[in-house]
Amino acid sequence: MSRLPVAAEQLIAEFGPHLNYPPREGFPGRDQPDAVVPTHCCFCGMQCGIKLLVKDNRVVGFDPWEEFPFNEGRLCPKGVQRYLQNNHPDRLLHPLARVEGRGFAPASWDDALDRVVGEIRRIQSAHGRDAFAMLSGVSLTNEKSYLVGKFARLALKTRNLDYNGRLCMVSAGAGNKKAFGLDRASNTYADLERADVVMICGTNVSETFPTLTHWIWRARDAGAKLIVVDPRMTPIARTADLHLPVRPGRDSALYGAILRELIVHDWLDHDFIAHHTSGFDAAAAAVESFSLPWAEEVTGVPAAQIAQAAEWWGRAATSFLLHARGIEHHTKGVDNVVSCINLVLATGRIGKPYCGYGTITGQGNGQGGREHGHKCDQLPGNRDIENPQHRAYIAGVWGIPEPELPGKGLTAYEILEAIHRGEIRGLVSICFNPLVSLPNSEMVREALEKLEFYVAIDFFLNETARHADIVLPGSLHEEEEGTVTTAEGRVTRVRAAVTPPGEARTDTAILLDLARRLGAGDKFAFATSEDIFNELRVASRGGTADYYGITYEKIERQMGVFWPCPDLDHPGTPRLWEDRKWPTNDGKAHFNAVPFRGSGEVPDPEFPIILTTGRVVSQYLSGTQTRRIGKLVDQYPEPLLEIHPVLAARLGIRDRELVRVVTRRGSAEFPAQVVTTIREDTVFVPYHWPGRKSINRLTSGHLDPVSKIPEFKVSTCRLEPTGRTAPSARETAAHASA
Amino acid sequence: MQTTTFKTDEEFFVDPQRCIGCHACEMACAECETNGQLPMISVDYVSRADSPQTSVQVCMHCEDPVCARVCPADAIQKDEFGIVHSATTARCIACANCVIACPFGVPKKFEPTKLMMKCNMCYDRTSAGRKPMCATVCPSGALFYGTRAQLAAQRPASVAVNVFRFGRETVRTKVNVMMPAGATELIVD
Repeated sequence: MSRLPVAAEQLIAEFGPHLNYPPREGFPGRDQPDAVVPTHCCFCGMQCGIKLLVKDNRVVGFDPWEEFPFNEGRLCPKGVQRYLQNNHPDRLLHPLARVEGRGFAPASWDDALDRVVGEIRRIQSAHGRDAFAMLSGVSLTNEKSYLVGKFARLALKTRNLDYNGRLCMVSAGAGNKKAFGLDRASNTYADLERADVVMICGTNVSETFPTLTHWIWRARDAGAKLIVVDPRMTPIARTADLHLPVRPGRDSALYGAILRELIVHDWLDHDFIAHHTSGFDAAAAAVESFSLPWAEEVTGVPAAQIAQAAEWWGRAATSFLLHARGIEHHTKGVDNVVSCINLVLATGRIGKPYCGYGTITGQGNGQGGREHGHKCDQLPGNRDIENPQHRAYIAGVWGIPEPELPGKGLTAYEILEAIHRGEIRGLVSICFNPLVSLPNSEMVREALEKLEFYVAIDFFLNETARHADIVLPGSLHEEEEGTVTTAEGRVTRVRAAVTPPGEARTDTAILLDLARRLGAGDKFAFATSEDIFNELRVASRGGTADYYGITYEKIERQMGVFWPCPDLDHPGTPRLWEDRKWPTNDGKAHFNAVPFRGSGEVPDPEFPIILTTGRVVSQYLSGTQTRRIGKLVDQYPEPLLEIHPVLAARLGIRDRELVRVVTRRGSAEFPAQVVTTIREDTVFVPYHWPGRKSINRLTSGHLDPVSKIPEFKVSTCRLEPTGRTAPSARETAAHASA
Repeated sequence: MQTTTFKTDEEFFVDPQRCIGCHACEMACAECETNGQLPMISVDYVSRADSPQTSVQVCMHCEDPVCARVCPADAIQKDEFGIVHSATTARCIACANCVIACPFGVPKKFEPTKLMMKCNMCYDRTSAGRKPMCATVCPSGALFYGTRAQLAAQRPASVAVNVFRFGRETVRTKVNVMMPAGATELIVD
């Protein structure tokens, strides 16, 4: 029974989100720090280098790290303010136990862990091992991602482990595996520098990956044409040579039409297609009917603009295509990804200097975290949990008989659905706030309320953790050693700048202690993060994501190592496919046929408007960290409903008027922001906020059939003006909405 | 004489079209201990209803700074490197003449302290051979600090301009604005 123990408002008053501002004169000791620690930002897949200033075991400030090659000191506002998550008044300092009617009370570690182990045993003996699930996240290091995967399979012995990369990287991962047999961006961003054409598809680069903007401008300074595909005029789209404002949900029609243009005009690399790819004919046949007029009708993008994009792409000598959640958060996420890859393969522009392709990984360790086994279908090294050889290899590394290794489990959203159905009774979560980040979140709330037992490991009491029976205070990014793999595939070193405060422990220490208490201590005899990494190296050896040749020493010496790195004297692989050898069944890169199909929801008379969601530059994911940092909250304090003036006029909606957004899941009110920078048939609301201000209460639970990513980018809605002007953002205090 | 390692070959360049409105510059600027958490650089939407375009404004460090000319207390000084410094605390009488006179709208009068404050091009950093904080963190290259040669090599399609015309008045500045190649001045009105 995991209803909130007291009203949410009472928990917010005690545990936040409260806003952390630095003192006017800065934190004491900032000018004479005990240590200046070069590490990385904890937000987003760029993993910018940054130095943290430490005094008396507290992070008191930052300094740009200008020597780190990707960002050379550049940072976004989240990076500048990231140090304020440390030394924060909301920080959990003791284990907490839920007390009905009172909230949470401090508990000893022994009592808390005994209770957790007792409940795991009780639920698993009554309902089976898989009735206890685990949810993880890819803000965790590679070491912790690996450890969670091993913990769930060997200590918890459940098949139901999944992670919040399910909301982020899985469409790209599945698409890349289909096309290339391997899941990593093919190039470093340095290959943008001399690309003739840069096409960025469904990625609000300047708000979600601000430091990547520099590299796109490097290309433009050298004369590149920039094509941006996005239903909104984002800051990066504003200056593009060509902005294609695609109707949400119609992306694969656009890329299919461009492929057809490449074929019609013979802008193809026939030699590359013949020798290094398979499946071209089927892919071509699938788009034969994707004429420009048809594509204009379906996508809402003028035919002339589609033709122009195709011509620039077709005639270019070098190019770089990047995509992100804008094309991936769909029931057709994998289709969209492979339809982009088809354009890259058709022109043969991959595996060569300045010829690049990649998804832009969203989360801090969205790349490494999706390779080492805390996905429901995966084992370390990006191995397949259903492949007998892969299972045998990992069982050998872990020292267990292969049949003891659990099989494939449910994905993140499906785990919540199974909890809702009563099939899963217990849950342990780490680094995941599904009540804010999953779609259809009223279902998620109901599911949480049905759990018999829930233990959350986190450093702040996030919205989901409020439902927990036991809360275990874990560690922040800057409190543990480890490695993270950036969106480029560069494995980097994250440093422990400070130790966890109070009685908080490192996430690793918590998982190791739990494993020991569950009777699996002999499989978890790690003394350091490096010990875990060294086991990960062996476990990944021979997999597609091969880290065997990467050591802490090599990462530090080279300022990062690009995987695959199969042996100790291998320097790493910044650019993939120069050898023209793809780890697919036929050794070739694969075209994929993508017939067009509709989204999970399409506009109808009852819900005639498309609702799409995304991010803002000052917030990160579900906001557990960034909704606690004062200036980041002040910059964009509440979610606004972006609406075109034509649509606003038709519905009689004024700027700053509260508008009720209604979908099949429910309704919520947001202030209107009337702007010409969005399509007339689409409204946009960013998703970082909880409670009444959460747009994910309204988003749909339709999933991609292959990747099981939710369709955040397309829901249908109707809008009801309330006639009331929105109160000030300060009054609304959306960051702490109940 | 005070010794510094100010790099006289490095200059400040602003390219407004690259500004993505992220506010990293403001937040980094505010961290400086002399600023007391107040940014000396500002980023604002031009007209959000029509565009996400933002403009970024930093002190332009005029060759003949009007803020200094109109200061009745002689509180604003330009140094040997061309940096126009914030009003000295002891002299500033908070008359706000500088606030009104600056053609770029840069100086601000901060009521709690009754002091004018503005950008001094991170003198603590630049005098030690480092780049200003805003130009170090700017993720898009809208703010750049370096040599003209570096900039010319990286951005061949743009040219640095430091002559501004406000009606009949011409203002020359230490800080440059990037314009399309061929431009020689920026006509503001």
